[in-house]
Amino acid sequence: MSDASLNTQDFSNDASFGDFFALLKPRVMSLVVFTAFVGLLVAPTSVHPFVGFASILFIAIGGGASGALNMWWEADVDAVMKRTQNRPIPAGKVTAGEAKAFGITLAVMAVVMLGLAANLVAAGILAFTIFFYVVVYTMGLKRVTPQNIVIGGAAGAFPPMIGWAVATGGISIESVLMFSIIFMWTPPHFWALALFMNDDYTKAGIPMLPVVRGRRSTRVHILVYTLLLAPVAVGAAFTSIGGPVYLVAAVVLNLWFITGAVKIWRRNEDAAIADKYSAERKFFRVSLLYLFLHFGALLAEAVLRNFGLGGW
Amino acid sequence: MAIVKEHELHKRRFSRNMGVGLTLLAFVALVYGLTVAKMQTGDMMEANDHSPRVSVTPAEPSE
Repeated sequence: MSDASLNTQDFSNDASFGDFFALLKPRVMSLVVFTAFVGLLVAPTSVHPFVGFASILFIAIGGGASGALNMWWEADVDAVMKRTQNRPIPAGKVTAGEAKAFGITLAVMAVVMLGLAANLVAAGILAFTIFFYVVVYTMGLKRVTPQNIVIGGAAGAFPPMIGWAVATGGISIESVLMFSIIFMWTPPHFWALALFMNDDYTKAGIPMLPVVRGRRSTRVHILVYTLLLAPVAVGAAFTSIGGPVYLVAAVVLNLWFITGAVKIWRRNEDAAIADKYSAERKFFRVSLLYLFLHFGALLAEAVLRNFGLGGW
Repeated sequence: MAIVKEHELHKRRFSRNMGVGLTLLAFVALVYGLTVAKMQTGDMMEANDHSPRVSVTPAEPSE
């Protein structure tokens, strides 16, 4: 008898460093970094640049950790949907257990480090954001209610509030308005996507609005949320973070967004199928620009204010 | 069959280990940088060790 044995285990699917990085949802992270950065810069108090940099990094890692935990919980659904089939867990690169351990470790580290680098208020909001996204949204409501996007939107809306808290150590009307802009923007943004990606969600059994309530109702919902979003976005112009540049940008962008929503509302399914959802796709693209330019305008106001311009 | 020292798997594992190593190094640099930044901004570094000493006792009112 010999002690020698052949190891027949297949290592061809061994995870690379990049696979673990992909668990952090880098694209979502870029939105988190940008909005947190704006929240930090528009605040009336300044922080040491290195502390600011480290804080944004920990906010991004916290956001990434919730992405990893989301992928751990959603592995079964991700395997069914075309858009998510190549994620590390359904692709067999990373096991669900690894993703869970990775996510929890990073989440705890990010919250503790943000608390040490900035303050406990910022760390507290980050901890609540991770809890809200992973437990309330992913585990609790995503597969239960067609309003899942509205609730999930709240998690994505916290980063500018955390950035603001890093600088000021508190919460104020300005940070609540920045939160509200992303919160109100998320439903029309995702419902437009759901209108032309409906098959994927149907297959995965996720109760997205078009699947449960139908497309007509989704179109109405998009319009209503877009109309409710406008006063919030324009209203921010009259706070300490706003100014004429932001006001002009907000008015133009909201008129553009509302026009798109009205177009979607007036269309029926036959028209949408005939031109392969071109209005819905365009609205989705505009929505990305909408958010980016709103926060870009807030940033511009903050920069101008440094030169004695900007603001009211 | 010759025993091959370097398998493709080793290369992949090496890149992963290198990634983890560099991340940890970056973390050390980050904590060091944070410490320097905090000291520059004059954050309170002296904690209470339960024994009275001049630097932590309140100043006496001047007469």
